[in-house]
Amino acid sequence: MPDSDISRRGFITAVAGIVGGIIGVAIGVPAVAYLLDPAFKSNAKEAWIPIGKLADMQMGKPYQFSFTRVQVNGWERTSTSYGGFVIRKSDNPNDMIIFNSRCTHLGCTVNWQDDAQAFICPCHDGKFSKDGVVLAGPPPRPLDQYADFRLTNDGVLEIYYKGS
Amino acid sequence: MWKKVYEWLDERLGLNDLYKNILDRPEPKGTWWNTLGSASLFLFILQGVTGIFLMVYYTPSPDHAYDSINYIMNGVAFGWLIRGIHHWGATLMIIVVFIHMLRVFVTASFKYPRELTWLVGTGLFILTLGMGFTGYLLPWDQQSYWATTVGTQIAGSMPFIGDFILKVLRGGEDLSALTLQRFFAAHVWMLPAALAGLIGLHLYLIIKHGESHFPSKED
Repeated sequence: MPDSDISRRGFITAVAGIVGGIIGVAIGVPAVAYLLDPAFKSNAKEAWIPIGKLADMQMGKPYQFSFTRVQVNGWERTSTSYGGFVIRKSDNPNDMIIFNSRCTHLGCTVNWQDDAQAFICPCHDGKFSKDGVVLAGPPPRPLDQYADFRLTNDGVLEIYYKGS
Repeated sequence: MWKKVYEWLDERLGLNDLYKNILDRPEPKGTWWNTLGSASLFLFILQGVTGIFLMVYYTPSPDHAYDSINYIMNGVAFGWLIRGIHHWGATLMIIVVFIHMLRVFVTASFKYPRELTWLVGTGLFILTLGMGFTGYLLPWDQQSYWATTVGTQIAGSMPFIGDFILKVLRGGEDLSALTLQRFFAAHVWMLPAALAGLIGLHLYLIIKHGESHFPSKED
């Protein structure tokens, strides 16, 4: 190139800039992905959880169940226990209410008390009726329900757990 | 437009002077061996950047150190790349810094007026080795655990003060959570801060004195 416009200096500068740019992009793009990675992940919490055989659930008497979900966040595993009660209203397998035993006040676990015929929260004496309605105490709303449930072919009741 | 912005900045920051004195300074005719100092600086910055990124997911506790690195390797996008660069960059940095030191020795570049540059450089070399030694423990696997057991034991074999040094290094008699924590602190703050300071001094001295000529036959 006899009459080239590019000086030796300009050429070296350009090459250094291009190579540096390539290295910067090759490291910079993965680095940003690395930082933002957790934001792109969802840990699917929803699942069908078997809670017991329908045959074991007596009419009119709350059937207590519990299950544990393991939450993995990075390298940390947290297992949390959940529980609830099934109340069958008639022989019809779909005619039932499934309560979450978490008190709607501050999250303690309510217990069924046969003599009082009510769910009693041990923390602040919240009291719920068999239908989950607040009878006494501080809870602001009725017991939460697992609204989605299904019966498997071999008679096991499953609830759809949504993540809380 | 950009020219105006640049001129405004240059008037206040002295960019042209900086460029002339730092990047455009006259150099004696050199070879590729003269590039090892810059290579060391590049590796230091690379290690610093990848190290900062690793710290986003790493946790220096005996319960979780290994799991967190496992997560970096398998759970995070490009975690393997960031840690891979840091891992191999560490080895490469020790090699490059050592060859840089050999080159300075062979070409007798440590002589007047560059004795201080050389002395600071030996400090940089020792700090680099310290970075390697402390970083090696952080994965907290069998290999790093026993390597540090042996390494601290060797330091502890020094007469009279050996036992004291061993306890200082380990933060007690045994290799424990305290050891991991203090190695982590040394690896991410104490040693890098010392390195950065000495690198600044090293670079200032190089810019002040310029690079040395290769010795000629008459020398």
